[in-house]
Amino acid sequence: MYGEVLGGLAHGLRRLGGAVTGGISKLGYASRFLFAVLWHSPQAFRRIQLTLREIYFAGVLSLVIILMSGMFVGMVLSLQGYETLKRYGADEQLGILVALALVRELGPVIAGLLFASRAGSAITAEIGLMKTTEQLAAMEMMAVDPLARVIAPRFWGGIISLPLLAALFSAFGIFGGYIVGVRLIGIDSGAFWGQMQAGVDFWPDVTNGIIKSVVFAVAVSLIAVFEGYDSKPTAEGVSTATTRTVVISSLAILALDFVMTVFMFRGAGT
Amino acid sequence: MPDAPSAVSHVLQNPTGDRRGPAVELIDVSFAYDVRPVLRGITMRVPRGKIVAIMGGSGCGKTTILRLIGGQLKPDSGKVFVAGQSVPDLDADALYHLRRKFGMLFQFGALFTDMSVFENIAFPMREHTDLSEELIRDLVLMKLHAVGLRGAASLMPAELSGGMARRVALARAIALDPMVVMYDEPFAGLDPISLGVIGQLIRKLNDALGITSVVVTHDVYESLKIVDYLYFVSEGKIVASGTADEVRASADSYVRQFVGGEPDGPVPFHYPAQPYAKELLTHVR
Repeated sequence: MYGEVLGGLAHGLRRLGGAVTGGISKLGYASRFLFAVLWHSPQAFRRIQLTLREIYFAGVLSLVIILMSGMFVGMVLSLQGYETLKRYGADEQLGILVALALVRELGPVIAGLLFASRAGSAITAEIGLMKTTEQLAAMEMMAVDPLARVIAPRFWGGIISLPLLAALFSAFGIFGGYIVGVRLIGIDSGAFWGQMQAGVDFWPDVTNGIIKSVVFAVAVSLIAVFEGYDSKPTAEGVSTATTRTVVISSLAILALDFVMTVFMFRGAGT
Repeated sequence: MPDAPSAVSHVLQNPTGDRRGPAVELIDVSFAYDVRPVLRGITMRVPRGKIVAIMGGSGCGKTTILRLIGGQLKPDSGKVFVAGQSVPDLDADALYHLRRKFGMLFQFGALFTDMSVFENIAFPMREHTDLSEELIRDLVLMKLHAVGLRGAASLMPAELSGGMARRVALARAIALDPMVVMYDEPFAGLDPISLGVIGQLIRKLNDALGITSVVVTHDVYESLKIVDYLYFVSEGKIVASGTADEVRASADSYVRQFVGGEPDGPVPFHYPAQPYAKELLTHVR
């Protein structure tokens, strides 16, 4: 009995140790992978059409979901914000509330989450399937490095696309807020835009939003290409990798958002 | 030379007097995935201009041999030479330079699914040459004509049958006129007509282009019709070798079992287990 408990404990410790060392090892592998992708990036940029193609697939094809989501988020924000601001007689401040919430926070975060779900998962699945069907191995055997030909263009395509999508998300969110706040509720149009113009600064409000979206773009793009490249070459392996991309990217975005917001608020307060 | 060759044919003894040495040579190569040994002391030689088949059951390490030759894996011990160069000792640049002399046909073609047939074959040309688009077009059509698929240039891989995809992959493998072409299970999953077509293409292209071919397969019937020499691999070792005629006449029990497709023999029908009666009676006290 005593021996069984000890044995179980030892087994549990072994599994915990294995999980920790495995995690550290994978983190190290991902770091090396990132350096390798950066190393091969000049080759990808020399053939810019490869990166432009990925911007089209990751960015342009994500436009519909991003713009529609931005519009709805802005509309809901406007409704909820109006209800709260009205209690304090500050309903004409609706424009600044909608704009700040979108530009500082919701634009980069929700656009990042949607991008991870729509484009990140697609990138992982595509690379994983290329690995499963030996297309990456075929490329290697043709003396073409998949890191330069396949991975780096997708990585940079994601990094360039997401900040632009986040900006469009915020713009359409503000437009949605305008439709609801001004057209439906009846807030004065001049107050809506005027308060926004006076209350939202390029630095730090817009700049912080841009910084966040760039950081999210690097995180999501790296996770998406790494999970695809590291996936097991089986149907189950690709599906697992795709799920991992969405889950890890989403958690990474939320965690990074918290950390960056802490530093940005501290910077603004001092 | 092989561990237990049934015969060492003149085919491997440089009958043409070529002083450049074999195209591919493995000397006492061992390899393991983690702790699972796959190859144990493999020695083989592929003379220039010949078709050499590596045969054996599924999972015996045939494809691993191709990966070692291509430098995708490094042996735990032993030497792998291609055109006199030690593959495991090459740095990344030198390895990629050497791979430009390779063509490889993967088991299911491994065509790039986002490119048309034409683009697939043009891919290595565009990556490694500065040829004009007009010249690339002509070369691609010549390669496609050689495999009988010039009319399929504009199709996407998803629109091809298994046999057609294999032929397109073959055209891509010879796109840069390689020195060595490696075939990984070129006959797997094909109908009899496609199978015959691929077999004949391998032989004809090998002879017409003066390339060297290494064919990994378990299709005895088709292989014996086209290859110059065969190695039989079982449990990571070469258990027999010889020309097609020598294999047909071989009295070696493994070769007999493999060629005859017999379910039991040196390769047992049953996976290793404890005695049947003992296992059935385990719960009987």
